[in-house]
Amino acid sequence: MLKKLWDYTRSTQVWNSIFRHGSPDTPRNRGLVVLQNVFLHLHPVKVRKSGIRLRFTWCMGGITFFLFLVEVATGLLLMFYYHPTVEYAYVDIIDLREQVPLGVMRELHRWGAHAMVITVWLHMLRVFMTGSYKPPREFNWNVGVILLVLTLLLSFTGYLLPWDQLAMWAVTVGSNMARATPFLGHEGPGASLMKLGDISLVHAGNDARFALLAGRFVGAGALLRFYVLHCVGIPVVAIILMAVHFWRVRKDGGISGPV
Amino acid sequence: MIGVAWTAFAAACGAGAIATTRFMFPNVLFEPPQTFKAGFASEFLVGTVDQRFKEAFGVFVVRNEEGIYALKAVCTHLGCTPNWLEAENKFKCPCHGSGFYRSGINYEGPAPRPLERYRVVLAEDGQILIDKTKSFACEKGEWTSPESFLKA
Repeated sequence: MLKKLWDYTRSTQVWNSIFRHGSPDTPRNRGLVVLQNVFLHLHPVKVRKSGIRLRFTWCMGGITFFLFLVEVATGLLLMFYYHPTVEYAYVDIIDLREQVPLGVMRELHRWGAHAMVITVWLHMLRVFMTGSYKPPREFNWNVGVILLVLTLLLSFTGYLLPWDQLAMWAVTVGSNMARATPFLGHEGPGASLMKLGDISLVHAGNDARFALLAGRFVGAGALLRFYVLHCVGIPVVAIILMAVHFWRVRKDGGISGPV
Repeated sequence: MIGVAWTAFAAACGAGAIATTRFMFPNVLFEPPQTFKAGFASEFLVGTVDQRFKEAFGVFVVRNEEGIYALKAVCTHLGCTPNWLEAENKFKCPCHGSGFYRSGINYEGPAPRPLERYRVVLAEDGQILIDKTKSFACEKGEWTSPESFLKA
């Protein structure tokens, strides 16, 4: 009876329009499963046995990706309650913790973020210590470095959003670094050269820090900019680079194994 | 011909990039003005640190025997806002504990140099005008500049 139902299901047009190959019981069909699935095709058709050895890979890249998915899911849910405005940001966080069902959602997002920063570093450490950055993987190492920076930027932009004293002053201190950007920061090297007569072209009202904060200090403009960067700008770039990163792992010969 | 097309395309892309960058720099800021009038000199008592302008403008107005100066309420360590502690007669930064004398000179904590002073002059109507676009640093010897200090 079940067998009949199963056979019927697999003979329908709906099934055959989704799965264009037979059962994955031959090497050819197993290959097709991976090649014809948009989600699986980033993954290599074949994985070396050593590739899943935890003692070698620590699975840190995989855990980082998993944590990224956790952050996307929890972050999306938080967005239903949070307003990136000076009036509401702080009380919305209190509300999320005290009144909204599953008050742990914000903690999941926060602890997931901390964990992701740690695992991304450990992943980098593993890749370095096993020499997996060497040719032909040097391009992917660079993509990984950019992804590391994006992870830290996600962490930094998210830090401001609770809009409490810690957020405020941590970002004040952090964004002060942008003052020292060469040529683009008003206290940076070369800024004093950017002059037209007596008028300095780079000052507190138009330098790199100003563009980041949309003002001379951390205020409403900075909160909104950090929110947009945190929820849309940086994640979109990170997702694109992650796709490249995973695809290159496969193209560069799969997960590196012990020599 | 193809060269002209590519040049036009590159120019259009460049113009788009410049315009997008410019978009990130707003023309109007909803911030307190950089220059403001702080009232008449007689409103400031000798020996006090006036904190009325700290919240909105980030300025301490200090009056002593000789005159008035405007201290920039930004810690020279990492940029937090120091508090004036009347009982201890000092400015103390809550972030990392830097301490400054009433004059703005640093003496404890990680701050590497004294608080800066803003330009302070008399406006046409006789009020004190504080100009945040110009600041004077002690370590550069700028506190001797006439506009860094308003003589009583």
